Parts: sequence; C-alpha cells; structure tokens
Amino acid sequence: MLLLAGIALAFYWVPMAPLEGFRQRIFYIHVPVALTAYACFGWGAWKGLRLLWTRDQRHDLESYTAIHIGTIFGILTLVTGSIWARTSWGVWWSWGERQLVLFLVLFLFYSAYFMLRYSVDPGPRRANMSAVYALFGVVLIPISFLAIRLAEDLIHPVVFDRNVGTNLAGSQLVTFVVCLAGMLVLAAALYLNELTGKRVDARLRELKESLA
Amino acid sequence: MIRARGLERRFGETRALAGLDLDVPRGGFLSVAGPNGSGKSTLLALLAGLLAPTRGSLEVDADRAEIGYLAHEGLVYRELTAVENLELYGRLYRVPERRERIGMLLERHGLWEVRHRRVSAFSRGMAQRLALCRTLLHDPRLLLLDEPYSALDDDGARLLDAHLAELAGERTLVVATHDPARLRPLASAELVLA
Amino acid sequence: MTYLGDVAALARTSLLLELRSRDTVPALLLFVVSALVVFRFALPADASDLAAIGLLWIAVVFTAILALTRAFVAEREGRVLDGLVLAPCDRSAIWLGKALGVLAFLLVAEAIALPAFGLFFAPVDGATVAAFLLADLGIAAVGTLLAAIAAVSRARELLLPLLFLPLVIPVIVGGVGASVEPDPGRYLAFLGLYDGIFAILAWATFEYVVTE
Repeated sequence: MLLLAGIALAFYWVPMAPLEGFRQRIFYIHVPVALTAYACFGWGAWKGLRLLWTRDQRHDLESYTAIHIGTIFGILTLVTGSIWARTSWGVWWSWGERQLVLFLVLFLFYSAYFMLRYSVDPGPRRANMSAVYALFGVVLIPISFLAIRLAEDLIHPVVFDRNVGTNLAGSQLVTFVVCLAGMLVLAAALYLNELTGKRVDARLRELKESLA
Repeated sequence: MIRARGLERRFGETRALAGLDLDVPRGGFLSVAGPNGSGKSTLLALLAGLLAPTRGSLEVDADRAEIGYLAHEGLVYRELTAVENLELYGRLYRVPERRERIGMLLERHGLWEVRHRRVSAFSRGMAQRLALCRTLLHDPRLLLLDEPYSALDDDGARLLDAHLAELAGERTLVVATHDPARLRPLASAELVLA
Repeated sequence: MTYLGDVAALARTSLLLELRSRDTVPALLLFVVSALVVFRFALPADASDLAAIGLLWIAVVFTAILALTRAFVAEREGRVLDGLVLAPCDRSAIWLGKALGVLAFLLVAEAIALPAFGLFFAPVDGATVAAFLLADLGIAAVGTLLAAIAAVSRARELLLPLLFLPLVIPVIVGGVGASVEPDPGRYLAFLGLYDGIFAILAWATFEYVVTE
C-alpha cells in the first residue's frame, strides 16, 4: 500500500514538472506537505478527543501515530520551505515567510509532545495528558498563525514577493491537487503502516506473556 | 457493594495486580494482607477510583462523596494547619455543620490543642491521626484504608481499634494491613495478595 | 453556588500556600528584578527602548515559568492532589482555584517589575499595563494546566518550560506588540482572544489531566 502511494505520487509529479522552474516544483511539494501535516495534527487531535470521550485506550495509539506522522511531515515542510527560500531569495531561512515560522512553532510544540510522552509512564494517565496536549496543539495552529501575521509588522516588514499563492492556472491547479492527494494518501499509508506495526508488537507481547 | 472480576493493573511493563476477583457486600469488612509490593495500595487506589483498571471489570456502588480514602501519604497540605486542612476538605465534601464536626474529630483524636499548628510541625503519628480525621470527616459509607496503623503509637492504635469496631457492620470497609491478625476479630473476610 | 464556593476555598488555599512559602515567592520576586538588571547589561549601549520592552516581557514570562514549576509542589507532597481529585467537587474548580493563585502571584511580580523597568529604562504606558493584565490571564490559564501535567512526569522542571514556551509565543507577540506599537488595539484584542479560547479549553480539559 505504502509503495503504491509513493509510486502514484512520483509518477504524477514528474511529467508535470518540466513546465516550470525548480522553484515552482518545490512549491508543489512544500504546500501539500504542509497541508498534510495540518491534516495529521487535526486527526491526532480528533483521536485525542475520542479518547477523552470514550476512555477507549486504542485511540491513544492512533492519536500518537497521527501526531508522529504529522511531525515528520512538519519537518519536511521546514526542509522544503527552507529549500524554497534558498532558491527564491537566496537565504536558508526567512522570518517573513509565515508558513515557515508557523511550522517552527508547531515543531517546537509537537516535539514537546514527545518529550511529554517519554517522561510519563505509559498508562491511561499519559494517554489523557497526550490527548489534552494534542487538543491544545490543534487550537494553537490558527492562533499562532494570527500571531505571526501580527508579528510581521513588528519583526519584519513584508518585502518578499508573494505571487506564489492563490492564483493557479489550469494545469498548475491539477498538478497541485494531484500532489496534495498523493501526499495525503502517503501520510495515510504511513499512518496505517505504523499503527498496524505497533498493534502487532503489542499483541505479540501480550501473547508472550500469557504463554509465560 | 464492590464487585471485581479479573481485575488487573499494570504500570508500564510491571503488573501490580493480576486477575483478581473480589466481592465485598454492603457492611462487609475486608482485610487485605500481603508483603510489600504485592499490590495492596494499588488495589485500594483502584477501588477509590484514582486508578483505572488495565483489564477486567470493577464496580463500586459508591460515588466520590461517599468514599473515604486513607493513603500512606496522608493527603493533607503540610504548610496548612490542621483546621485549615479540614476546613478545606469539609467544604469540598459539603460536610454539614462543618465546624462542629471538625472540632469533634480533632478532639477525639487528641489534636484539639494543636489544631492551629501546621502539619509540617506534627510528628508522624499526629499527621497520621489528622489524615484519619480527614478520611472520616464526611462520614463515608465506604472506607478504604491503606495501612492505617502505620506510624501510630499505642494510644493512636487503640483509638483506631475503637473507631473500626464502631464502623464495622455500619459501614463497608476495606483495610490494607501488614498485621491481619489485629483485624481478624472485626473482619468479615480476608484477602491475601502475593 | 457551590462551584464558586469550591473555587473560592481552593483559591484561598492557593494564596495561603504562596504566602507561607518563605523561600519561593520572595526569591521569585527577586529573580524578576535580577533578570531585568542582567538584561540591561546584555543590551548594547545604543539599543532602543523597544528592544528593552521585549526583554521586560521575557523577564516576566521566565519568572512565570519558574513560578509555574512550583505551582503544584504542595500538592505533590502527601499526594494532596489525589485527595482533591477524590472530592465530589468539579475538578475544574481545582484548576481555577490554582490559576487564580498563579494570577495573583503574577500581578504582584509585575507590580514590582514594571516600576523597576520604569526606573532602569523608561516608563511604561497604559497599553503595556493592559497588555500585561491580559497576558497574565492566558499565562495563568495555560500554565496551571501544564504545571499539573508536568507535576506527574519524571522530568518536571524541564518539561514545563518545553510544554509552555510554544504556547506562550502568541502571548509574547500580543504583549510586545501592544507595548510597542502606536495602535495597540489589535494586539490587545488578540490577547483577549487567546485568553478566551485557551481558558475555556483548559477549564474543560483539566479534569482529564488529573484523572484516569
């Protein structure tokens, strides 16, 4: 499944690429990756909510896995964003680039999520706390975005061009949507992969114990 | 009043309680014995509702207002006085005629003279007695006592014996102890954890 | 209403504990002034007053972090938190009572820090004071919940700052913006939004942080 998703993505992406320069190509990866990261964090928060609602511990693993995948995509967003900044403006980082700064904040937040998980013993308590923190995370996304918009006037006047944004002509739009779909499918595949892997591990441990 | 089937609780990889079945009728008195680390405290915490079972079922026919829990640590603020502690809990447990009840309990446990002293200035035995006052403050229907005799001197222990004798039959009790023999005359059932 | 009565009792307890901690509260108040002095030396000689305001905010936030790290210390000794959680009152009352205690501390800390700042750097205007008041609400609300999470963990002194800092970034943006910009309205409104949303979230989820 994982391979299929990856291949589908690569296959569709390559033929569309020759139309634009390298800078544009990164855009087709960077933005879908960012959106997918949001989706993962949202899913993780949703699973967290389900956990608190139903007290069913299975949701804990699902929430954790979603956030794990989300963080990976978040790191990719930072990396691709950095590459994009490099090719567009010749710098590896730009505080004027809202998406990038937002993801930096989110990266810090979700890294703390993992620190939280590592420093509390596994159990319903840890699951509850992780779920609550995941909910805080998803609320932080729009609030941080607002904050960064406000901060721009404080820190850095907006001088860099923003023409890569809303206007996507026909073939560009199709490429974008396909890349986005592909990214989401990739994320879903990674998610299910990791989830089943962990579930199998847990089941194996249970079986070993009941035999012992 | 309490019914457990296959009760299990793990902490990470360790299993503190495994496959326990339990039945405590209303008015029953269960003494729980076992060496250190056998899961006595875990069992009481589960019964109180502080911990959730990892597996199995647990039904306790009492809500939070009706449960009195005595832990080894005392559950009282060290930097507050005896009265301040009991006033707080009295308020939270909606104890009627709070002041009178607090006064009565403190006096009964020999703490009336030191009621305005902070718990940090108490001896271990006095702190334990205060913890007992806290537990009995709201006249709970279900009492969960985790090694209540620890740190008590002879006077304190005799006082506790008297309390338990009064409560047995009237209320439901689950008492974890190192010395099951002491409770044997009162207990209706005994559980030994390995 | 018994809920407010519970909150009042818990808040009074929280304040009593703070007043009686002979070592903690005075030390923290001293810390906030020391921090300001250190920052004075850390700034280059020709630095603007605006940069200094930023450092005032940092001094207050870091003092808040230190205070929050100790917020549940009294409840940890003797497992008092378990005692409170077992009581029939709403668990959110525990959060509210404690948050009010933290808020009181922050107000006192600022009553010292702001005049000190006025003495060392430049006087502080009304918008700045308003910003600090609004920021205090958000810091107390979010910080108290996170302090409860950190209290259960192994690495509590380290975990609280990690969890807290990403969440306090919007507060700093709003606060510094209101202190510095000629038109503070937007920033103050943003702080109000932050406070409202996160206070509700913290109030609703605290129960899950302290139970299983």
